[in-house]
Amino acid sequence: MEKNYTLQNSNPVIEIKDLHKSFGTNEVLKGVTFNLNKGENLVVLGKSGSGKSITIKCIVGLIKIDSGIITVFNQEINSLEIDELNKIRTRIGFLFQNAALYDSMSVRENLSFTLRRHDTTLSGDAINEHVLEVLESVGLKEAIDKMPSELSGGMRKRIGLARTLILKPEIILYDEPTTGLDTITSREISELILELRQKNKTSSIIITHDMPCARLTSDRIVILKEGVIHVEGTYDELEKSEDEWVRSFFI
Amino acid sequence: MNQTLTIQKERLGTYLNQSFIEVGRATEFAIRFFKEAIRPPYEFKELLKQCYLIGYKSLPLVTITGFIMGLVLTLQSRPTLAEFGAESWLPSMVALSLIREIAPVITALICAGKVASGIGAELGSMKVTEQIDAMEVSAINPFKYLVVTRIMATTLMIPLLVIYADGIGIVGGYMGINIHGDVNVVRYLSQVIESITFLDIFPATIKTFFFGYFIGMIGCYKGYNAENGTESVGKAANSAVVTASLTIFIIDMIAVQVTDLFF
Repeated sequence: MEKNYTLQNSNPVIEIKDLHKSFGTNEVLKGVTFNLNKGENLVVLGKSGSGKSITIKCIVGLIKIDSGIITVFNQEINSLEIDELNKIRTRIGFLFQNAALYDSMSVRENLSFTLRRHDTTLSGDAINEHVLEVLESVGLKEAIDKMPSELSGGMRKRIGLARTLILKPEIILYDEPTTGLDTITSREISELILELRQKNKTSSIIITHDMPCARLTSDRIVILKEGVIHVEGTYDELEKSEDEWVRSFFI
Repeated sequence: MNQTLTIQKERLGTYLNQSFIEVGRATEFAIRFFKEAIRPPYEFKELLKQCYLIGYKSLPLVTITGFIMGLVLTLQSRPTLAEFGAESWLPSMVALSLIREIAPVITALICAGKVASGIGAELGSMKVTEQIDAMEVSAINPFKYLVVTRIMATTLMIPLLVIYADGIGIVGGYMGINIHGDVNVVRYLSQVIESITFLDIFPATIKTFFFGYFIGMIGCYKGYNAENGTESVGKAANSAVVTASLTIFIIDMIAVQVTDLFF
């Protein structure tokens, strides 16, 4: 069994206890329990179909859980009314696997769409300024008037990330941020994740199969197996694990 | 023999069960529309955009079909009326047929093909590419932004398109009459206007609001509930057209019965 890793002075922003979720007869999550501490980058590993994406979708209330407790900023997600849940959602950024950009809107509209709806007092100029600011932080200021169909995979991920940053979230959930990208672009995205954490003091859960990304971004790693957290620890600890199955992720 | 009968009974049971579940879900969806439509904030800008896309962008198609409806109806009816020496009734007959039945149903069917499939495919594609989820996690109500605006736009635009198709159909009728004869436009129009009463226009216009509502509702329902996978986008679009077209005929049948009862 691996040594449990805990941040010193840990202050959990997300707490998941005994999370269960089934789809028909397929029980995907069978009692997942873990915390995300403030300022921490937590990487979630696991085989495809092990329920990693489902876990983070449960955190933002996109998928209703069967049982268990999910607490975000000390508020239990399952018991919240939609308006209260939306207040929590504005404090969480979610980067989808395929970026999920609104394909009928330009990059500018993709970013201003969210902002306009959450701060009706902002003028057009102020919105534009915010949009340019976040685009600059992801290094894609020049793509402001492009349509999503004109962007490459890496650019889409960056714009998706910019869209999550527009509301200045305290937590960011990354669903396979480097999947489908070449090695160089993957590294750039991983470095961007670190840069954003440093700049915005965000806490993140990063779901990935990309081990260089996990090594670069993780403070701590948890590995899902058969619907539960099989093991947790730092990259270095898990790389030297006695469990062959765990070590196989790091080869 | 008994075993085959049992299997068929089970299949029928499953089919009926699924059908009832689908009707229940659609009803829930329809009720949610009314709840969300009256609750602020309102998406006026998106509503106007949808009105433009659904109404204005359908004008060329409705113009062509409306004109052909009037023209063909006139040309087809002329020999029969001429046989009974009632050729002079042609303008009245064409106008009444168009306004009461043909223009509303044909225009609604054209819109079911163009608009319901478009909405089904658009929302279906947004669903499978997680764009609807992206809105939800950004604390934006996707139902209000995507569904309410589209259903409202179809409910408002289809009646206007039908009224426009009535007008174009009457023009088509005039052209049809003048292929074989020479009728003065003023005389033609005065005959048309004289033959139409409020009771011809009112029930026919009311039913077009229902046509519009159901075209939007079915398109949105099919798209919004598309399951994951690109195949489901095509299915959503196809199913939206078939269901909306069938619903238009059912509403039309009910509307005719209700009109007979009250008018």
